[in-house]
Amino acid sequence: MRRVVVTGLGAVTAFGVGVRPLWEAVSSGRPGFAEIEGVDLERLRFKFGAQVRGWKGEEHFDPREATLLDAFAQYGAVAAREAIRAAGVEWTPELREQTAIVTGSCVGGQGSEDEEFVALYGRNSPRVSPLTIPRIMENAAASRISLEHGIVGPVYTISTACSSSNHALGQAFQLVRSGAVEMAVAGGSEAVFSLGFLKAWEAMRVVAPDTCRPFSADRKGLILGEGAAMLVLEPMEAAKARGATIYGEIVGFGMSSDAHHVTQPSAEGAARAMRAALKDAGLAAEAIEYVNAHGTGTQANDATETAALKSVFGAHAGRLRVSSTKSMHGHALGAAGAIEAVATLMALREGVLPPTANYTSRDAACDLDVIPNEARAVKCEYALSNSFAFGGLNAVVCLRAA
Amino acid sequence: MPDQDDVTQRVIQVIATAQHLEPGAVTEASTFEELHIDSLDGINILFALENEFNVNIPDEEAQKLRSVSEIAEGIRKLLEAKAGSAGAAV
Repeated sequence: MRRVVVTGLGAVTAFGVGVRPLWEAVSSGRPGFAEIEGVDLERLRFKFGAQVRGWKGEEHFDPREATLLDAFAQYGAVAAREAIRAAGVEWTPELREQTAIVTGSCVGGQGSEDEEFVALYGRNSPRVSPLTIPRIMENAAASRISLEHGIVGPVYTISTACSSSNHALGQAFQLVRSGAVEMAVAGGSEAVFSLGFLKAWEAMRVVAPDTCRPFSADRKGLILGEGAAMLVLEPMEAAKARGATIYGEIVGFGMSSDAHHVTQPSAEGAARAMRAALKDAGLAAEAIEYVNAHGTGTQANDATETAALKSVFGAHAGRLRVSSTKSMHGHALGAAGAIEAVATLMALREGVLPPTANYTSRDAACDLDVIPNEARAVKCEYALSNSFAFGGLNAVVCLRAA
Repeated sequence: MPDQDDVTQRVIQVIATAQHLEPGAVTEASTFEELHIDSLDGINILFALENEFNVNIPDEEAQKLRSVSEIAEGIRKLLEAKAGSAGAAV
């Protein structure tokens, strides 16, 4: 089994295009929440989101190509472009055949679907655009990345709600580690700000009316986010041989299913995924120093995740540093795991742990060190990044500093 | 002033329909716990109630509702508020 390192990172978030603006914001505790644009807020109970602002597809794609791509696919392709450039990949026909792309998305091009069906049902439009199907398919981002870079190895998309991109990263890690491929581009992308989808979240009654305060006693729910993050993975030996910058290493991956309830989280299921990641990495629980929590900011998730962390880490839980960067980049659903993996790798690399922003008061049910509001300069070697999805599907990635 | 019994009866009917229960299985004294209503059932019932009474049940109010009588009381208040604001508009 080969060691797998990350040699490229890319991101599109509410903070703009690039890993740099994302890291500057989360390492300084600055949330990217603002009033949602492009949606009639009179018709919504909440009004804040971590939305990608001022996005123009034509700035990133040939206009004809942009038309083919829903925002979620555009974000994914732009993040992949940055990651591949950062990795300094020199494509050969062999490498293109031996490279995989695994992406995650929860709802794919739902915005395009919403738009077309509004015209069909609402305005009795007699027809629907022929580009609707290629725009809404959840593999649209993966396919675009494949086309753009001529990557012809295994390319597919995983949709496991909020765990999608952690599952994608884990799968890509396994493909590279096993020798099935020599390189992988992996991550996730999501675009959520259409009225229909926001109304569906409103009905779930888990979106905060003001801000996202994970682990805080007065937390009122999540703030939806969107964007993408992509990572380039390759065997450590190959990366070293070509002199690539190594951002960090993926050392383990764990998955589990709760088989408990569609929407209520389970501490046991979450704990099993974390234990599986530690076992896969061959690490004792005590080796982990930082956890980038799923930390949605809902009453149920944060208390359950705390219980799960205590169950996995025992007495060591008191020494763990845990933070939820969703308090800044929002909950980007199928892109969340990948954005958080980027934040975690940057934290390990820079020796700065991002805080849990907007924290006001301690909750006895969330009594861990959640790095309230202020980033902390701590050099850590190992970290976990958690994703727990509706449907009870959990995916945990174990990362190591370079 | 909305008819007290009518509101309660409609609430019972909405809950029974949403939970696939015989209407007789739900009474004014029933609690969510007794009816095995979990969090997802709860938001589904709130959705059905909002449609039935054409009201908006705010999240903060919704979190406090744990029984049929509390729901009926909450709905009555929302209907009164709505009637009040409609009256004021005239």
